[in-house]
Amino acid sequence: MRSYVLTRCIEALVAVWGVLTIVFIAARLTGDPAILMLPTGASPTQIAELRHELGLDRPLWDQYAIFIADAVRGDFGVSFQHHKPALDVVLERFPATVRLALSALVLGTALGLGTGMIAALKRGTMIEVAAMTLALLGQATPVFWLGIVLILVFAVQLQWLPAAGSETFAHLVLPATTLALFISAAIARLLRSSMIEVLKEDYVRTAWAKGLAPHIVYLRHAARAALTSVLTMLGIITGELLGGAVIVETIFSWPGVGRTVVQAIDVKDFTVVQAAVALVSTVFVIVNLAVDLLYGVVDPRVRVER
Amino acid sequence: MRNVLRHLLRSPAGLIGAVIVVAFVLIALLAPIIVPFDPLQLNLRGRLTPPTWSLLDRYSMGADQLGRDILSRIVVGSRITLAVAAIAVLVGGTIGILLGLCAGYFGGWADRIIMRLADIQLSVPLMLFALIVIAALGASLPNLIAVLALTGWTRYARVVRGEVLSLREREFVLMARAAGARGARILWWHILPNVMTAAIVVATLELARVVILESALSFLGLGVQPPDASWGRMLADGRGYIASAWWLSTFPGIAIVLVVLGVNLLGDWMRDFFDPKLVGSR
Repeated sequence: MRSYVLTRCIEALVAVWGVLTIVFIAARLTGDPAILMLPTGASPTQIAELRHELGLDRPLWDQYAIFIADAVRGDFGVSFQHHKPALDVVLERFPATVRLALSALVLGTALGLGTGMIAALKRGTMIEVAAMTLALLGQATPVFWLGIVLILVFAVQLQWLPAAGSETFAHLVLPATTLALFISAAIARLLRSSMIEVLKEDYVRTAWAKGLAPHIVYLRHAARAALTSVLTMLGIITGELLGGAVIVETIFSWPGVGRTVVQAIDVKDFTVVQAAVALVSTVFVIVNLAVDLLYGVVDPRVRVER
Repeated sequence: MRNVLRHLLRSPAGLIGAVIVVAFVLIALLAPIIVPFDPLQLNLRGRLTPPTWSLLDRYSMGADQLGRDILSRIVVGSRITLAVAAIAVLVGGTIGILLGLCAGYFGGWADRIIMRLADIQLSVPLMLFALIVIAALGASLPNLIAVLALTGWTRYARVVRGEVLSLREREFVLMARAAGARGARILWWHILPNVMTAAIVVATLELARVVILESALSFLGLGVQPPDASWGRMLADGRGYIASAWWLSTFPGIAIVLVVLGVNLLGDWMRDFFDPKLVGSR
Protein backbone atom coordinates (compact mmCIF):
# COMPACT_ATOMS: atom_id res chain seq x y z
CA MET A 1 0.00 0.00 0.00
CA ARG A 2 2.76 2.40 0.92
CA SER A 3 4.57 1.99 -2.37
CA TYR A 4 1.27 2.43 -4.22
CA VAL A 5 0.64 5.74 -2.45
CA LEU A 6 4.20 6.84 -3.10
CA THR A 7 4.06 5.93 -6.81
CA ARG A 8 0.79 7.77 -7.30
CA CYS A 9 2.13 10.85 -5.47
CA ILE A 10 5.23 10.93 -7.67
CA GLU A 11 3.08 10.51 -10.77
CA ALA A 12 0.94 13.45 -9.63
CA LEU A 13 4.06 15.60 -9.16
CA VAL A 14 5.24 14.69 -12.66
CA ALA A 15 1.80 15.65 -13.96
CA VAL A 16 1.96 19.07 -12.29
CA TRP A 17 5.44 19.60 -13.74
CA GLY A 18 4.03 18.64 -17.13
CA VAL A 19 1.20 21.14 -16.74
CA LEU A 20 3.67 23.90 -15.94
CA THR A 21 5.71 22.92 -19.00
CA ILE A 22 2.60 23.15 -21.19
CA VAL A 23 1.90 26.60 -19.73
CA PHE A 24 5.51 27.65 -20.41
CA ILE A 25 5.35 26.48 -24.03
CA ALA A 26 2.03 28.26 -24.50
CA ALA A 27 3.48 31.41 -22.95
CA ARG A 28 6.41 31.38 -25.39
CA LEU A 29 4.14 30.70 -28.36
CA THR A 30 2.13 33.79 -27.51
CA GLY A 31 4.78 36.09 -28.89
CA ASP A 32 7.21 38.50 -27.29
CA PRO A 33 5.73 39.48 -23.89
CA ALA A 34 7.82 42.66 -23.90
CA ILE A 35 6.12 43.93 -27.05
CA LEU A 36 2.72 42.91 -25.70
CA MET A 37 3.29 44.71 -22.40
CA LEU A 38 4.63 47.98 -23.78
CA PRO A 39 2.36 50.52 -25.42
CA THR A 40 2.50 50.53 -29.22
CA GLY A 41 5.26 52.72 -30.59
CA ALA A 42 7.73 51.90 -27.84
CA SER A 43 11.32 52.44 -28.93
CA PRO A 44 13.64 49.46 -29.60
CA THR A 45 15.74 50.42 -26.58
CA GLN A 46 12.69 50.33 -24.31
CA ILE A 47 11.80 46.90 -25.67
CA ALA A 48 15.36 45.69 -25.17
CA GLU A 49 15.37 47.01 -21.61
CA LEU A 50 12.13 45.29 -20.72
CA ARG A 51 13.29 42.09 -22.40
CA HIS A 52 16.40 42.18 -20.23
CA GLU A 53 14.33 42.91 -17.13
CA LEU A 54 12.02 39.96 -17.87
CA GLY A 55 14.99 37.70 -18.61
CA LEU A 56 13.88 37.16 -22.20
CA ASP A 57 17.40 37.72 -23.55
CA ARG A 58 18.64 34.61 -21.78
CA PRO A 59 18.78 31.14 -23.33
CA LEU A 60 15.43 29.37 -23.50
CA TRP A 61 16.61 26.72 -21.08
CA ASP A 62 17.35 29.36 -18.41
CA GLN A 63 13.98 30.98 -19.02
CA TYR A 64 12.34 27.62 -18.50
CA ALA A 65 14.16 27.01 -15.23
CA ILE A 66 13.27 30.49 -13.98
CA PHE A 67 9.65 30.03 -15.04
CA ILE A 68 9.32 26.73 -13.16
CA ALA A 69 11.03 28.13 -10.07
CA ASP A 70 8.73 31.17 -10.08
CA ALA A 71 5.62 29.10 -10.78
CA VAL A 72 6.33 26.78 -7.86
CA ARG A 73 6.44 29.86 -5.65
CA GLY A 74 3.13 31.00 -7.16
CA ASP A 75 4.62 33.79 -9.24
CA PHE A 76 3.13 33.87 -12.72
CA GLY A 77 3.81 37.54 -13.36
CA VAL A 78 1.58 40.57 -13.00
CA SER A 79 -1.80 41.04 -14.64
CA PHE A 80 -1.65 44.33 -16.53
CA GLN A 81 -5.43 44.53 -16.47
CA HIS A 82 -5.83 44.18 -12.71
CA HIS A 83 -2.43 45.61 -11.67
CA LYS A 84 -1.67 42.78 -9.26
CA PRO A 85 -0.10 39.31 -9.32
CA ALA A 86 -1.93 37.06 -11.78
CA LEU A 87 -2.29 34.23 -9.28
CA ASP A 88 -4.02 36.58 -6.81
CA VAL A 89 -6.54 37.53 -9.48
CA VAL A 90 -7.29 33.87 -10.08
CA LEU A 91 -7.37 32.93 -6.39
CA GLU A 92 -9.91 35.67 -5.70
CA ARG A 93 -12.27 34.11 -8.24
CA PHE A 94 -11.56 30.55 -7.20
CA PRO A 95 -14.09 30.23 -4.31
CA ALA A 96 -16.96 31.16 -6.63
CA THR A 97 -15.96 28.41 -9.05
CA VAL A 98 -15.63 25.88 -6.24
CA ARG A 99 -19.08 26.82 -4.93
CA LEU A 100 -20.59 26.37 -8.37
CA ALA A 101 -18.75 23.12 -9.13
CA LEU A 102 -19.51 21.53 -5.75
CA SER A 103 -23.22 22.39 -5.93
CA ALA A 104 -23.35 20.97 -9.43
CA LEU A 105 -21.45 17.86 -8.35
CA VAL A 106 -23.87 17.11 -5.49
CA LEU A 107 -26.99 17.84 -7.51
CA GLY A 108 -25.72 16.13 -10.66
CA THR A 109 -24.60 13.00 -8.82
CA ALA A 110 -27.95 12.72 -7.05
CA LEU A 111 -29.82 13.15 -10.34
CA GLY A 112 -27.57 10.75 -12.23
CA LEU A 113 -27.65 8.08 -9.52
CA GLY A 114 -31.44 8.32 -9.22
CA THR A 115 -32.02 8.07 -12.95
CA GLY A 116 -29.47 5.30 -13.41
CA MET A 117 -30.83 3.21 -10.53
CA ILE A 118 -34.43 3.52 -11.69
CA ALA A 119 -33.42 2.57 -15.22
CA ALA A 120 -31.52 -0.51 -13.97
CA LEU A 121 -34.30 -1.65 -11.66
CA LYS A 122 -37.09 -1.13 -14.18
CA ARG A 123 -35.29 -3.01 -16.93
CA GLY A 124 -37.28 -3.64 -20.09
CA THR A 125 -40.05 -1.20 -19.20
CA MET A 126 -41.01 2.13 -20.69
CA ILE A 127 -39.53 3.80 -17.61
CA GLU A 128 -36.07 2.52 -18.56
CA VAL A 129 -36.51 3.65 -22.15
CA ALA A 130 -37.64 7.10 -21.01
CA ALA A 131 -34.81 7.50 -18.50
CA MET A 132 -32.15 6.40 -20.97
CA THR A 133 -33.54 8.55 -23.77
CA LEU A 134 -33.31 11.51 -21.41
CA ALA A 135 -29.74 10.60 -20.53
CA LEU A 136 -28.78 10.25 -24.20
CA LEU A 137 -30.33 13.60 -25.01
CA GLY A 138 -28.57 15.07 -21.99
CA GLN A 139 -25.22 13.81 -23.26
CA ALA A 140 -25.84 15.30 -26.69
CA THR A 141 -26.89 18.71 -25.38
CA PRO A 142 -24.08 21.25 -25.29
CA VAL A 143 -23.87 22.89 -21.89
CA PHE A 144 -24.09 26.42 -23.31
CA TRP A 145 -27.34 25.67 -25.11
CA LEU A 146 -28.80 24.08 -21.99
CA GLY A 147 -27.92 27.25 -20.08
CA ILE A 148 -29.57 29.47 -22.66
CA VAL A 149 -32.73 27.35 -22.70
CA LEU A 150 -32.94 27.43 -18.90
CA ILE A 151 -32.53 31.22 -18.95
CA LEU A 152 -35.23 31.46 -21.59
CA VAL A 153 -37.68 29.37 -19.57
CA PHE A 154 -36.98 30.25 -15.95
CA ALA A 155 -35.60 33.77 -16.14
CA VAL A 156 -37.28 35.29 -19.18
CA GLN A 157 -40.66 33.53 -19.43
CA LEU A 158 -41.49 32.49 -15.86
CA GLN A 159 -39.26 35.09 -14.17
CA TRP A 160 -38.69 32.76 -11.22
CA LEU A 161 -34.91 33.04 -11.06
CA PRO A 162 -32.26 35.60 -11.93
CA ALA A 163 -30.22 34.94 -15.10
CA ALA A 164 -27.00 36.68 -14.10
CA GLY A 165 -25.00 37.60 -11.02
CA SER A 166 -23.99 35.84 -7.82
CA GLU A 167 -25.34 37.85 -4.90
CA THR A 168 -27.91 35.45 -3.43
CA PHE A 169 -28.65 31.75 -3.32
CA ALA A 170 -31.25 32.21 -6.06
CA HIS A 171 -28.43 33.28 -8.37
CA LEU A 172 -26.73 29.94 -7.86
CA VAL A 173 -29.74 27.83 -8.87
CA LEU A 174 -29.67 28.16 -12.66
CA PRO A 175 -25.90 27.86 -13.24
CA ALA A 176 -25.59 24.96 -10.80
CA THR A 177 -28.57 23.17 -12.39
CA THR A 178 -27.13 23.65 -15.87
CA LEU A 179 -23.80 22.17 -14.85
CA ALA A 180 -25.51 19.40 -12.86
CA LEU A 181 -27.69 18.29 -15.78
CA PHE A 182 -24.56 18.33 -17.93
CA ILE A 183 -22.74 15.76 -15.77
CA SER A 184 -25.75 13.72 -14.62
CA ALA A 185 -26.39 12.14 -18.03
CA ALA A 186 -23.03 10.38 -18.11
CA ILE A 187 -23.38 9.26 -14.48
CA ALA A 188 -26.86 7.85 -15.17
CA ARG A 189 -25.63 5.80 -18.13
CA LEU A 190 -22.63 4.45 -16.25
CA LEU A 191 -24.59 3.60 -13.10
CA ARG A 192 -27.27 1.79 -15.08
CA SER A 193 -24.79 -0.48 -16.84
CA SER A 194 -22.78 -1.25 -13.71
CA MET A 195 -25.97 -1.88 -11.68
CA ILE A 196 -27.14 -4.34 -14.33
CA GLU A 197 -23.79 -6.13 -14.06
CA VAL A 198 -23.87 -6.18 -10.27
CA LEU A 199 -27.43 -7.50 -10.12
CA LYS A 200 -26.21 -10.63 -11.93
CA GLU A 201 -23.58 -11.36 -9.25
CA ASP A 202 -23.78 -14.39 -7.01
CA TYR A 203 -23.88 -12.45 -3.78
CA VAL A 204 -26.94 -10.54 -4.96
CA ARG A 205 -28.64 -13.84 -5.71
CA THR A 206 -27.66 -15.03 -2.22
CA ALA A 207 -29.21 -11.89 -0.75
CA TRP A 208 -32.43 -12.62 -2.58
CA ALA A 209 -32.33 -16.24 -1.46
CA LYS A 210 -32.00 -15.12 2.14
CA GLY A 211 -35.37 -13.48 1.68
CA LEU A 212 -34.15 -9.91 2.22
CA ALA A 213 -36.50 -7.07 1.36
CA PRO A 214 -35.96 -5.61 -2.15
CA HIS A 215 -34.87 -2.20 -0.92
CA ILE A 216 -32.16 -3.77 1.23
CA VAL A 217 -30.85 -5.87 -1.66
CA TYR A 218 -30.87 -2.92 -4.03
CA LEU A 219 -29.49 -0.26 -1.75
CA ARG A 220 -27.18 -2.17 0.55
CA HIS A 221 -25.83 -4.86 -1.76
CA ALA A 222 -26.10 -3.72 -5.34
CA ALA A 223 -25.89 0.06 -5.16
CA ARG A 224 -22.81 -0.01 -2.96
CA ALA A 225 -20.88 -2.06 -5.49
CA ALA A 226 -22.10 0.04 -8.38
CA LEU A 227 -21.01 3.21 -6.59
CA THR A 228 -17.35 2.18 -6.74
CA SER A 229 -17.52 2.30 -10.52
CA VAL A 230 -18.94 5.81 -10.29
CA LEU A 231 -16.08 6.72 -7.95
CA THR A 232 -13.56 5.86 -10.65
CA MET A 233 -15.43 8.23 -12.90
CA LEU A 234 -15.17 11.09 -10.42
CA GLY A 235 -11.86 12.20 -11.92
CA ILE A 236 -13.37 12.52 -15.39
CA ILE A 237 -16.44 14.25 -13.95
CA THR A 238 -14.25 16.81 -12.21
CA GLY A 239 -12.57 17.59 -15.51
CA GLU A 240 -15.95 18.06 -17.17
CA LEU A 241 -17.11 20.25 -14.29
CA LEU A 242 -14.05 22.49 -14.47
CA GLY A 243 -14.32 22.77 -18.25
CA GLY A 244 -18.08 23.21 -18.22
CA ALA A 245 -17.71 25.90 -15.56
CA VAL A 246 -15.85 28.08 -18.08
CA ILE A 247 -18.95 28.20 -20.27
CA VAL A 248 -21.58 28.25 -17.54
CA GLU A 249 -19.82 31.11 -15.76
CA THR A 250 -19.66 33.08 -19.02
CA ILE A 251 -23.37 32.59 -19.75
CA PHE A 252 -24.57 33.42 -16.25
CA SER A 253 -21.98 36.15 -15.51
CA TRP A 254 -20.77 34.08 -12.56
CA PRO A 255 -17.60 35.69 -11.17
CA GLY A 256 -15.45 32.55 -11.23
CA VAL A 257 -12.12 31.51 -12.72
CA GLY A 258 -13.63 30.37 -16.03
CA ARG A 259 -15.21 33.71 -16.86
CA THR A 260 -12.01 35.48 -15.81
CA VAL A 261 -9.98 33.33 -18.22
CA VAL A 262 -12.29 34.07 -21.15
CA GLN A 263 -12.19 37.79 -20.38
CA ALA A 264 -8.42 37.68 -20.01
CA ILE A 265 -8.06 36.05 -23.45
CA ASP A 266 -10.20 38.82 -24.94
CA VAL A 267 -7.89 41.56 -23.66
CA LYS A 268 -4.68 39.49 -24.09
CA ASP A 269 -3.95 39.42 -20.35
CA PHE A 270 -1.98 36.19 -20.74
CA THR A 271 -0.46 35.98 -17.26
CA VAL A 272 -3.96 35.48 -15.86
CA VAL A 273 -4.70 32.73 -18.41
CA GLN A 274 -1.47 30.97 -17.50
CA ALA A 275 -2.01 31.25 -13.76
CA ALA A 276 -5.59 30.02 -14.10
CA VAL A 277 -4.70 27.00 -16.23
CA ALA A 278 -1.87 26.09 -13.86
CA LEU A 279 -4.06 26.42 -10.75
CA VAL A 280 -7.12 24.62 -12.10
CA SER A 281 -5.04 21.80 -13.58
CA THR A 282 -3.17 21.35 -10.31
CA VAL A 283 -6.48 21.08 -8.49
CA PHE A 284 -7.59 18.57 -11.11
CA VAL A 285 -4.43 16.50 -10.58
CA ILE A 286 -4.97 16.53 -6.81
CA VAL A 287 -8.61 15.42 -7.17
CA ASN A 288 -7.52 12.56 -9.42
CA LEU A 289 -4.83 11.57 -6.94
CA ALA A 290 -7.35 11.61 -4.11
CA VAL A 291 -9.78 9.49 -6.13
CA ASP A 292 -7.09 6.93 -6.92
CA LEU A 293 -5.97 6.69 -3.31
CA LEU A 294 -9.57 6.43 -2.12
CA TYR A 295 -10.20 3.74 -4.67
CA GLY A 296 -7.23 1.84 -3.35
CA VAL A 297 -8.88 1.91 0.08
CA VAL A 298 -12.30 0.84 -1.22
CA ASP A 299 -11.06 -1.86 -3.58
CA PRO A 300 -8.04 -3.81 -2.31
CA ARG A 301 -7.45 -5.43 -5.71
CA VAL A 302 -6.07 -2.14 -7.03
CA ARG A 303 -3.20 -2.15 -4.56
CA VAL A 304 -2.19 -5.72 -5.30
CA GLU A 305 -2.12 -5.21 -9.04
CA ARG A 306 0.41 -2.45 -8.77
CA MET B 1 -20.90 -5.71 -45.08
CA ARG B 2 -24.35 -7.26 -45.51
CA ASN B 3 -24.00 -8.76 -42.10
CA VAL B 4 -23.28 -5.32 -40.64
CA LEU B 5 -26.34 -3.82 -42.33
CA ARG B 6 -28.59 -6.62 -41.14
CA HIS B 7 -27.38 -6.12 -37.59
CA LEU B 8 -27.86 -2.38 -37.87
CA LEU B 9 -31.42 -2.79 -39.08
CA ARG B 10 -32.18 -4.81 -35.97
CA SER B 11 -30.91 -2.12 -33.59
CA PRO B 12 -33.35 0.81 -33.47
CA ALA B 13 -30.90 3.10 -31.67
CA GLY B 14 -28.04 2.38 -34.07
CA LEU B 15 -30.36 2.80 -37.05
CA ILE B 16 -31.66 6.17 -35.85
CA GLY B 17 -28.06 7.27 -35.31
CA ALA B 18 -27.01 6.14 -38.78
CA VAL B 19 -29.98 7.89 -40.42
CA ILE B 20 -29.26 11.16 -38.60
CA VAL B 21 -25.55 11.04 -39.45
CA VAL B 22 -26.14 10.20 -43.11
CA ALA B 23 -28.78 12.93 -43.35
CA PHE B 24 -26.44 15.60 -41.98
CA VAL B 25 -23.52 14.45 -44.12
CA LEU B 26 -25.77 14.71 -47.19
CA ILE B 27 -26.95 18.16 -46.13
CA ALA B 28 -23.34 19.28 -45.72
CA LEU B 29 -22.23 17.81 -49.06
CA LEU B 30 -25.20 19.15 -51.00
CA ALA B 31 -25.37 22.48 -49.14
CA PRO B 32 -24.62 24.71 -52.16
CA ILE B 33 -27.42 23.03 -54.12
CA ILE B 34 -30.09 22.67 -51.47
CA VAL B 35 -29.53 25.88 -49.50
CA PRO B 36 -32.86 27.71 -49.85
CA PHE B 37 -31.56 31.31 -49.67
CA ASP B 38 -28.29 33.20 -49.58
CA PRO B 39 -27.05 32.74 -46.01
CA LEU B 40 -25.02 35.96 -46.08
CA GLN B 41 -27.65 38.24 -47.60
CA LEU B 42 -28.53 41.00 -45.14
CA ASN B 43 -32.03 42.39 -44.92
CA LEU B 44 -32.32 44.99 -42.20
CA ARG B 45 -36.04 45.42 -42.68
CA GLY B 46 -36.59 41.72 -42.06
CA ARG B 47 -34.38 41.53 -39.00
CA LEU B 48 -35.63 39.22 -36.23
CA THR B 49 -38.59 38.05 -38.33
CA PRO B 50 -40.26 35.17 -36.47
CA PRO B 51 -40.32 31.72 -38.11
CA THR B 52 -42.90 31.27 -40.86
CA TRP B 53 -42.69 27.46 -40.49
CA SER B 54 -43.02 27.00 -44.24
CA LEU B 55 -39.98 25.59 -46.03
CA LEU B 56 -40.90 27.43 -49.23
CA ASP B 57 -40.81 30.89 -47.68
CA ARG B 58 -37.80 32.81 -46.66
CA TYR B 59 -37.41 32.79 -42.84
CA SER B 60 -38.97 29.36 -42.30
CA MET B 61 -36.90 29.28 -39.10
CA GLY B 62 -36.90 33.03 -38.68
CA ALA B 63 -34.34 35.73 -39.35
CA ASP B 64 -31.36 36.76 -37.25
CA GLN B 65 -30.41 40.20 -35.99
CA LEU B 66 -29.20 41.18 -39.49
CA GLY B 67 -32.13 39.68 -41.36
CA ARG B 68 -30.22 36.62 -42.58
CA ASP B 69 -32.21 33.42 -43.12
CA ILE B 70 -31.51 31.09 -40.18
CA LEU B 71 -32.32 27.83 -41.99
CA SER B 72 -29.89 28.71 -44.79
CA ARG B 73 -27.23 29.58 -42.23
CA ILE B 74 -27.75 26.26 -40.47
CA VAL B 75 -27.48 24.36 -43.77
CA VAL B 76 -24.26 26.13 -44.73
CA GLY B 77 -23.00 25.99 -41.14
CA SER B 78 -23.22 22.19 -41.27
CA ARG B 79 -20.31 22.24 -43.75
CA ILE B 80 -18.01 24.12 -41.40
CA THR B 81 -19.07 22.20 -38.32
CA LEU B 82 -18.72 18.79 -39.95
CA ALA B 83 -15.59 19.60 -41.97
CA VAL B 84 -13.79 20.97 -38.92
CA ALA B 85 -14.81 17.92 -36.89
CA ALA B 86 -13.82 15.47 -39.63
CA ILE B 87 -10.38 16.99 -40.21
CA ALA B 88 -9.73 17.22 -36.48
CA VAL B 89 -10.68 13.58 -35.98
CA LEU B 90 -8.52 12.48 -38.94
CA VAL B 91 -5.45 14.38 -37.76
CA GLY B 92 -5.92 13.47 -34.10
CA GLY B 93 -6.63 9.87 -35.05
CA THR B 94 -3.53 9.55 -37.21
CA ILE B 95 -1.26 10.95 -34.50
CA GLY B 96 -2.93 8.84 -31.83
CA ILE B 97 -2.83 5.61 -33.83
CA LEU B 98 0.86 6.07 -34.78
CA LEU B 99 1.89 6.82 -31.20
CA GLY B 100 -0.28 3.99 -29.88
CA LEU B 101 1.36 1.57 -32.33
CA CYS B 102 4.85 2.63 -31.29
CA ALA B 103 4.03 2.50 -27.59
CA GLY B 104 2.44 -0.92 -27.80
CA TYR B 105 4.88 -2.55 -30.18
CA PHE B 106 8.23 -1.22 -29.06
CA GLY B 107 7.39 -0.98 -25.36
CA GLY B 108 10.14 0.15 -23.00
CA TRP B 109 11.14 3.79 -23.19
CA ALA B 110 8.95 4.65 -26.17
CA ASP B 111 5.93 3.27 -24.33
CA ARG B 112 6.77 5.05 -21.09
CA ILE B 113 7.37 8.43 -22.73
CA ILE B 114 4.30 8.32 -24.95
CA MET B 115 1.95 7.21 -22.21
CA ARG B 116 3.38 9.72 -19.75
CA LEU B 117 2.83 12.43 -22.35
CA ALA B 118 -0.79 11.34 -22.64
CA ASP B 119 -1.19 11.42 -18.86
CA ILE B 120 0.31 14.89 -18.67
CA GLN B 121 -1.95 16.23 -21.35
CA LEU B 122 -4.96 14.69 -19.68
CA SER B 123 -4.07 16.46 -16.43
CA VAL B 124 -5.16 19.72 -18.00
CA PRO B 125 -8.96 19.70 -18.33
CA LEU B 126 -9.75 19.64 -22.08
CA MET B 127 -11.53 22.96 -22.16
CA LEU B 128 -8.66 24.75 -20.41
CA PHE B 129 -6.10 23.09 -22.65
CA ALA B 130 -8.03 24.38 -25.64
CA LEU B 131 -8.27 27.85 -24.08
CA ILE B 132 -4.55 28.20 -23.38
CA VAL B 133 -3.57 27.01 -26.86
CA ILE B 134 -6.06 29.38 -28.51
CA ALA B 135 -4.91 32.19 -26.24
CA ALA B 136 -1.34 31.55 -27.39
CA LEU B 137 -1.95 31.05 -31.10
CA GLY B 138 -4.96 33.29 -31.64
CA ALA B 139 -8.45 32.38 -32.77
CA SER B 140 -8.66 31.16 -36.36
CA LEU B 141 -9.97 28.17 -38.27
CA PRO B 142 -6.61 26.34 -38.66
CA ASN B 143 -5.79 26.92 -34.99
CA LEU B 144 -9.21 25.63 -34.00
CA ILE B 145 -8.64 22.43 -35.97
CA ALA B 146 -5.15 22.07 -34.48
CA VAL B 147 -6.51 22.37 -30.94
CA LEU B 148 -9.30 19.88 -31.55
CA ALA B 149 -6.86 17.38 -33.08
CA LEU B 150 -4.34 17.90 -30.31
CA THR B 151 -6.86 17.25 -27.55
CA GLY B 152 -8.01 13.99 -29.14
CA TRP B 153 -4.95 11.85 -29.78
CA THR B 154 -4.68 10.38 -26.26
CA ARG B 155 -7.81 8.23 -26.52
CA TYR B 156 -6.70 6.57 -29.75
CA ALA B 157 -3.21 6.05 -28.40
CA ARG B 158 -4.50 4.29 -25.30
CA VAL B 159 -6.95 2.02 -27.10
CA VAL B 160 -4.53 1.16 -29.93
CA ARG B 161 -1.70 0.47 -27.49
CA GLY B 162 -3.91 -1.95 -25.59
CA GLU B 163 -4.83 -3.76 -28.79
CA VAL B 164 -1.21 -3.95 -29.96
CA LEU B 165 -0.08 -5.42 -26.66
CA SER B 166 -2.38 -8.40 -27.18
CA LEU B 167 -1.66 -8.71 -30.92
CA ARG B 168 2.11 -8.59 -30.52
CA GLU B 169 2.38 -12.12 -29.19
CA ARG B 170 -0.17 -13.69 -31.56
CA GLU B 171 0.99 -16.44 -33.92
CA PHE B 172 0.68 -14.52 -37.16
CA VAL B 173 2.92 -11.77 -35.85
CA LEU B 174 5.46 -14.23 -34.52
CA MET B 175 5.39 -16.03 -37.87
CA ALA B 176 6.01 -12.82 -39.75
CA ARG B 177 8.91 -12.06 -37.44
CA ALA B 178 10.33 -15.54 -37.86
CA ALA B 179 10.08 -15.08 -41.63
CA GLY B 180 12.38 -12.09 -41.24
CA ALA B 181 9.98 -9.14 -41.38
CA ARG B 182 11.17 -6.05 -39.55
CA GLY B 183 9.33 -3.77 -37.11
CA ALA B 184 7.88 -1.23 -39.51
CA ARG B 185 6.71 -3.90 -41.93
CA ILE B 186 5.04 -5.94 -39.23
CA LEU B 187 3.36 -2.85 -37.80
CA TRP B 188 2.07 -1.70 -41.17
CA TRP B 189 0.95 -5.01 -42.71
CA HIS B 190 0.06 -7.20 -39.77
CA ILE B 191 -0.83 -5.06 -36.78
CA LEU B 192 -2.33 -1.85 -38.18
CA PRO B 193 -5.19 -3.59 -40.08
CA ASN B 194 -6.15 -5.36 -36.87
CA VAL B 195 -6.34 -2.22 -34.71
CA MET B 196 -8.31 -0.19 -37.24
CA THR B 197 -11.73 -1.40 -36.08
CA ALA B 198 -11.07 -0.29 -32.53
CA ALA B 199 -9.64 3.00 -33.79
CA ILE B 200 -12.70 3.67 -35.95
CA VAL B 201 -14.99 3.07 -33.00
CA VAL B 202 -12.99 5.58 -30.95
CA ALA B 203 -13.07 8.00 -33.88
CA THR B 204 -16.85 7.90 -34.06
CA LEU B 205 -17.24 8.66 -30.38
CA GLU B 206 -14.54 11.33 -30.68
CA LEU B 207 -16.48 13.00 -33.49
CA ALA B 208 -19.30 13.81 -31.08
CA ARG B 209 -16.88 15.28 -28.56
CA VAL B 210 -15.17 17.37 -31.20
CA VAL B 211 -18.47 18.81 -32.49
CA ILE B 212 -19.38 19.87 -28.95
CA LEU B 213 -15.96 21.34 -28.19
CA GLU B 214 -15.88 23.21 -31.51
CA SER B 215 -19.28 24.73 -30.93
CA ALA B 216 -18.34 25.61 -27.36
CA LEU B 217 -15.17 27.41 -28.49
CA SER B 218 -17.05 29.15 -31.29
CA PHE B 219 -19.69 30.09 -28.74
CA LEU B 220 -17.00 31.77 -26.63
CA GLY B 221 -15.82 33.61 -29.74
CA LEU B 222 -12.58 31.59 -29.87
CA GLY B 223 -13.39 29.21 -32.68
CA VAL B 224 -14.95 29.87 -36.07
CA GLN B 225 -14.79 33.57 -36.85
CA PRO B 226 -17.53 35.68 -38.50
CA PRO B 227 -18.93 35.94 -41.12
CA ASP B 228 -18.53 32.14 -41.32
CA ALA B 229 -21.55 30.48 -39.81
CA SER B 230 -20.82 27.68 -37.39
CA TRP B 231 -23.66 26.52 -35.20
CA GLY B 232 -21.89 27.47 -31.99
CA ARG B 233 -21.21 30.93 -33.38
CA MET B 234 -24.88 31.38 -34.34
CA LEU B 235 -25.92 30.37 -30.84
CA ALA B 236 -23.59 32.94 -29.35
CA ASP B 237 -24.96 35.65 -31.64
CA GLY B 238 -28.51 34.76 -30.64
CA ARG B 239 -27.73 34.92 -26.94
CA GLY B 240 -28.39 38.64 -26.70
CA TYR B 241 -31.85 38.20 -28.15
CA ILE B 242 -33.27 35.32 -26.14
CA ALA B 243 -35.88 37.54 -24.51
CA SER B 244 -37.27 38.82 -27.81
CA ALA B 245 -36.25 36.29 -30.49
CA TRP B 246 -35.89 32.75 -29.15
CA TRP B 247 -35.45 31.22 -32.63
CA LEU B 248 -31.98 32.69 -33.06
CA SER B 249 -30.35 30.30 -30.62
CA THR B 250 -32.93 27.52 -30.50
CA PHE B 251 -32.56 26.12 -34.03
CA PRO B 252 -28.75 25.98 -34.17
CA GLY B 253 -28.91 24.33 -30.73
CA ILE B 254 -31.27 21.66 -32.02
CA ALA B 255 -28.92 21.05 -34.96
CA ILE B 256 -25.99 20.46 -32.59
CA VAL B 257 -28.03 18.16 -30.34
CA LEU B 258 -29.23 16.11 -33.33
CA VAL B 259 -25.77 15.62 -34.82
CA VAL B 260 -24.15 14.71 -31.51
CA LEU B 261 -27.03 12.40 -30.63
CA GLY B 262 -26.78 10.69 -34.02
CA VAL B 263 -23.03 10.23 -33.81
CA ASN B 264 -23.27 8.97 -30.22
CA LEU B 265 -25.98 6.44 -31.07
CA LEU B 266 -24.00 5.21 -34.06
CA GLY B 267 -20.79 5.08 -32.04
CA ASP B 268 -22.39 3.15 -29.18
CA TRP B 269 -23.81 0.67 -31.62
CA MET B 270 -20.48 0.26 -33.43
CA ARG B 271 -18.71 -0.29 -30.14
CA ASP B 272 -21.16 -3.02 -29.11
CA PHE B 273 -21.07 -4.60 -32.54
CA PHE B 274 -17.36 -4.61 -33.32
CA ASP B 275 -15.76 -4.81 -29.96
CA PRO B 276 -17.64 -5.82 -26.83
CA LYS B 277 -14.40 -5.41 -24.89
CA LEU B 278 -14.54 -1.66 -25.32
CA VAL B 279 -17.79 -1.35 -23.37
CA GLY B 280 -17.29 1.19 -20.65
CA SER B 281 -14.36 2.89 -22.30
CA ARG B 282 -16.44 6.04 -22.10
